[in-house]
Amino acid sequence: MNMMSEAAVEKALDQKMNDVSYKMVGKDVSVYYGEKRALFDVNLNVRENTVTALIGPSGCGKSTFLRCLNRMNDTIESCRVTGRITLDTDDIYDPSIDVVELRARVGMVFQKPNPFPKSIYENIAYGPRIHGLARNKADMDQIVEASLQRAGLWNEAKDRLQESGTGLSGGQQQRLCIARAIAVSPEVILMDEPCSALDPIATAKVEELIHELRSNYTIVIVTHSMQQAARVSQRTAMFHLGQLVEENDTDKMFTNPDDQRTQDYIMGRFG
Amino acid sequence: MSQVITPSAAPAAALGRPRRDIGIKRRYAAERRFRAYGIAAILFGLVFLFILLWSVVSKGYTAFQQTMITVPIEFSEQLIDPKNERASNPQKLLTANYPVLARNAVAKVLGVAETDRTAMRDVGLMLSDSVRSQLRDLVVADPSIIGKTQPVRLLASGDLDSAFKGQINLSVSENNRKISDRQVGWMNQLSEKGVLAKHFNTGIFFNGASSRPEAAGVGVALIGSFYMMLIVLVLALPIGVAASIYLEEFAPKNRFTDLIEVNINNLAAVPSIVYGLLGLAVFINFMGLPRSASLIGGLVLTLMTLPTIIIATRAALKAVPPSIRAAALGLGASKMQTIFHHVLPLAMPGILTGTIIGLAHALGETAPLLLIGMVAFVANYPTTPLDPSTALPVQIYMWANEAERAFVERTSGAIIILLLFLIVMNVGAILLRRRFERRW
Repeated sequence: MNMMSEAAVEKALDQKMNDVSYKMVGKDVSVYYGEKRALFDVNLNVRENTVTALIGPSGCGKSTFLRCLNRMNDTIESCRVTGRITLDTDDIYDPSIDVVELRARVGMVFQKPNPFPKSIYENIAYGPRIHGLARNKADMDQIVEASLQRAGLWNEAKDRLQESGTGLSGGQQQRLCIARAIAVSPEVILMDEPCSALDPIATAKVEELIHELRSNYTIVIVTHSMQQAARVSQRTAMFHLGQLVEENDTDKMFTNPDDQRTQDYIMGRFG
Repeated sequence: MSQVITPSAAPAAALGRPRRDIGIKRRYAAERRFRAYGIAAILFGLVFLFILLWSVVSKGYTAFQQTMITVPIEFSEQLIDPKNERASNPQKLLTANYPVLARNAVAKVLGVAETDRTAMRDVGLMLSDSVRSQLRDLVVADPSIIGKTQPVRLLASGDLDSAFKGQINLSVSENNRKISDRQVGWMNQLSEKGVLAKHFNTGIFFNGASSRPEAAGVGVALIGSFYMMLIVLVLALPIGVAASIYLEEFAPKNRFTDLIEVNINNLAAVPSIVYGLLGLAVFINFMGLPRSASLIGGLVLTLMTLPTIIIATRAALKAVPPSIRAAALGLGASKMQTIFHHVLPLAMPGILTGTIIGLAHALGETAPLLLIGMVAFVANYPTTPLDPSTALPVQIYMWANEAERAFVERTSGAIIILLLFLIVMNVGAILLRRRFERRW
């Protein structure tokens, strides 16, 4: 076990030297829901300051893999994860890693916008407050403003910070959720089909936002839309039946994939 | 498309459309029938509700008025303290024959000679026995009143009160009723003079138990019920909510917790008298707590209310959308923070509704209280929950067993008071639910 971890550290350092730095490394990741196996020995690395898209037909395990990256699967009682996932050099399933701290470093945005039924200000301030990021009210005000600015929601929300977050439109709600996620200064943001409940205009805004966030954050996004994957991501991973089929540069993936199944899926022959 | 819009004499089958036998008329008829059943069921319920309320209110509203006689009373030194020994013997003022003062005052108004002993006895019977303590309290509070004449409002006796309210059938032979023709005549005479009249009955709210219906009230029962509700709220709400949070959010789902869940549901269905037996065995016989105390009543009702609160709270917690939990957990909130910052506030309306319904249920509970000795004659206010007291529904039960005519209206009057409290609690539940309800 120790040997393994040293090897992984070395590997990560190697990759840094080769000018490809991996933020998260998944090695032989398998997930079981009770007796049912949902993921089969997935080896997938997430590059720093890159948008990685996970695509594949429904039930292929892409959301399952995503939820392994911040241990949201822990909340499912029957779920069991094997293999290793590292964030920088830390094994995130190591008992010494606190899941609360991990989730502060690896934030998440969900499929359905899920703001708390509280004011917009409170929605953003909640994360920083429980993590003790603000020393006083002025600090907090600044965090809230900066987060909303980054999420491109400041101009729409600055006059209604005390109004309920659930009163916003769907697209605004999703950007509020993104602002809420970045308020705790994560290193990685996981997005689980963030636009599937949004109309095309709101989708465009969120995609634009993802594009801007890339310079500061590492982003992993699950999407059902090939066009979206092509638009927002630099790397794409294709899952099928719980296995990682192919992982490649997005451009190559959509023009000249290595695997026949990827080609079929992208062409719309199955899925 | 053209096939559909072209009016054609050809049968539908020829156009390739399948013949549909969907029985539109039958469907609508069935729907209308169902609506009619529903309306009938609701009307049926409303009729019985109306009958219930009508019978209670029509019998009970008179209990909130009491016949009283206002006469100038001469606090004659001759009668109270003829030998002027009140300074040396404080017992003197407590034991003086006060009813005579009242009787004489009424006799004077009626012009009855004090020497006519039978007439004087009949006059005395028109007044409540409670005038003794009423006048005594007046004199003890202010002995300088002796020798003066002062108008005092006296309670009429229960029988006179019933007669004045028209509840005694005067066509019955005089020997077979509690009030004589002569007394009825005096009553009318006093009423014409404005001496005898009905006034709002504050006594029914403040007085303790009494064998004289005109002086009986639900004061002790109200205090007992108040203590019990307080104990139930203070114990059952935190214990119930804590138990449900643990069961719903933290406990592993296995056969043991399933067993606990089944048992909680069963406990909610256990007859309340069984809880009374449990309270008798555990709190009184084993732990040696005092009998008839509202503390024990509160503890027994707490046991009885817990399953209701636990079931309501678990349902409320289950109804909180999982997306809220995911959002909080995804931000790095611990399980505890997620529950107390987000889930619990959202479940609050459901929890409060369940709690108040549980409390209202407990407020109306009688059977277990009978077994722990709360069915008792308690005339003095309980100062602590350890003192003997009764409860509202038990008071109703006890009055319903009394023979006097005047207790009939008191029984219904107490039911009205109980119903008012229940209505207040249910309105409170609705208001709280509105106040805490949030959309997500």
